Amino acid sequence: MINKGAGDARLARFLVGGPPLLFLVIFFVAPSLIMILTSFRFPGEFGGLAPVTPPGDTVAGEHGLTAEAYQFFFGDILYAEIFLKSFVVASATTLICLIMAYPLAILIARSKKRFRNLMVLLVVLPFASNFLIRIYAWMIILGPESGLSHFINAILGALGIPPVTLLFSSFAVLVGMVYVHLPFMVLPLYTNLEKHDPSLLDAAQDLGANSWQRFWRVTWPLSLPGVFSGSALVFIPVLGMFAVPEILGGTGDILIGNLIKDQFLGTRDWPFGSVLSIMLTLAVLSVAGLATWFSRFAAGQRA
Amino acid sequence: MSRSNIWLWSAAVLTYAFLYIPLAIVVLYSFNDSKLNAEWVGFTLSWYKALLNNTEMLAAARNSLIIALSASFSATLLGTMAGLAIHRYKLKVLPVLVFTPVAMPEILLGVSLLLFFLQVLNLTLGMVSIIIAHTTFCIGFVAIIVRARLQGMDESIFEAARDLGASPWQTFRLVTLPLIMPAVVAGALMSFTLSIDDFVITFFTKGVGEPILPIQIYTMIKVAVTPEVNAISTLLMLLTLVMIIFAFRLEARASARTMSLDEAGK
Repeated sequence: MINKGAGDARLARFLVGGPPLLFLVIFFVAPSLIMILTSFRFPGEFGGLAPVTPPGDTVAGEHGLTAEAYQFFFGDILYAEIFLKSFVVASATTLICLIMAYPLAILIARSKKRFRNLMVLLVVLPFASNFLIRIYAWMIILGPESGLSHFINAILGALGIPPVTLLFSSFAVLVGMVYVHLPFMVLPLYTNLEKHDPSLLDAAQDLGANSWQRFWRVTWPLSLPGVFSGSALVFIPVLGMFAVPEILGGTGDILIGNLIKDQFLGTRDWPFGSVLSIMLTLAVLSVAGLATWFSRFAAGQRA
Repeated sequence: MSRSNIWLWSAAVLTYAFLYIPLAIVVLYSFNDSKLNAEWVGFTLSWYKALLNNTEMLAAARNSLIIALSASFSATLLGTMAGLAIHRYKLKVLPVLVFTPVAMPEILLGVSLLLFFLQVLNLTLGMVSIIIAHTTFCIGFVAIIVRARLQGMDESIFEAARDLGASPWQTFRLVTLPLIMPAVVAGALMSFTLSIDDFVITFFTKGVGEPILPIQIYTMIKVAVTPEVNAISTLLMLLTLVMIIFAFRLEARASARTMSLDEAGK
C-alpha cells in the first residue's frame, strides 16, 4: 500500500514535470550546447559553418575543431572595447533608472493601499505596449523636426552654440534604454519598500533624525536588496540589447548585441558569433552572481 | 503635505509623464494629416484606411495572431505543468531551465535557437520555428504566475480533498485546477501579448516567406517612416491595453474571492 502510494507520487511527478522538462531540454539546453560546439568550428566559405570531416581526411587540420574564433576575439582590442562600452551604457542606464524609479517607488509604497495597485498598473502599462513602438516614439521626439529639437537648438543658438542633432546619437541610445527598462527597476524597489515598517521612520524622527538622515540611515540601507535585484533586471537585458542602438544610435553606437546580430544575419560568421554570445553569457552570469551576492550580503548585515 | 512629500510627488509626476508622453505622441500623430511626424496639420483617418489596404500588413497581422495563439496555448499548458511541478516537488533542474530563458538577454535564446533549427533539426525557418521559440520563453512567465498563486494558497485544502478519498487526478481536477484557473488565464494572456509583441527572438527565428507583425514594423521604422506605423502602433496598444486590463481584473477578482473564502474558513 505504501509502495503503491510512493509509486503513484513518482508517476504524478513524472507526468506533471516531465513534459516541460523534456521540451526545455530539447529547445533550451540542446541549443545552448550546440552554440558551444559551434564556437569551436570553422566558418563556412559562404557563411554558416564548414563541414566537419572525419579526422583521417582532415586537410591540414582545416575542417576539425579549432579555437580560432576565440583567438580572434582575444586578439583584437576592438572587441574588448565594445564589451567595455556595453558595460558603460548598461551602468549608466541602471543608474538613471534607479534615480528615476526610487522616488516613485517610495511614493507608491507610502500611498493608501487601495491606490497602490492602480499606481503599479500605471507603471506596467506602457511596458506592455510593443517594444519597437516604444523605441519608435523616441524617433519622433528626438527627430530633427520635433518640437524638442527646435526648442533645444533655439536655446543653444541664443547662447551662440552650434545646433545639435539628438537622434542617432549615444544620448538617444541612453534615453531609449532607460525608457524601455524603467519598469524593471520600479517593481522590485516598490516590492521591497512596501515591506518596510513605518514605525522605524517614526522612531528615527523621535530620535532627532532629519528627513535626509531618515532616508540615508534607515530607508536606503533597508532597500538595498530591492536596489540590487532591480539593477540586475535592468543591467542584464541592456547588456544584450541590439534594437535600441540599431534604431536610435549612430554608426558609432555599436554594442555587444549589434556585434552578435551582425555575425548571424550580416557577415554570417557563426563560430565568431557563438564566441561573442558565450562571452555575453559569461558577463551576464557574473553580473547576476554579483547582484545575488550583494543582495544576500545586504540582507545578512541587517540580521 | 510636508515638503518631502511635494518633492516625491513632483518626481513621480515627472516619471509618469516620461512614461506616457512618448506613447501619447504616437497615438496623436496617427490622426495627423501630414506625412511627416513634425507638426499638427489636421485630423484624418487616412492612415488607418491605408493600413486596411496594406495586404502585406494584414497578412503579417494574421500570421502573428496564429503564432501568438499557438505559442500561448502550448506555453500555458507546459508552463502550468512546470509551475505545479516546481511548487509541489522539490526539483533542482526544472526551475533553472524554466526561469533562465526569462532572465537572460533575449538575443542569446534567439541566436542559439537559430543555430539549433538550422544545424540539428534542418528546419526551414518560418512559423513553426517562431512558435517553438516563443513557447520556450513564455513557459517561464506562465510558471511564475501559476507558482505565485499556488504559494498563496492554504495547503490544507489539498489535504482535505485527499482525506475525503479523492484520487490525485480528482484532487487536481476538482480542487487545484479551479483554484489556479485565474492564474492560468492570466498566464495565457501574458504569453499572448509577449508573443505578439516579441521582436528580438522573432528576428532570429523568422524565415523569409511569411511577413510577421513586429518585423514589418521594424522594416517600416528602419526603411521609410510613414504615419501608418503610428496607426498600427495605436491599434496594437489598444489590443494590449484591453488584454492587460482583462487579466488585471481577473486576478483582482480571484484574489478577492480567495480572501473571502479564507474569511469564511475562520
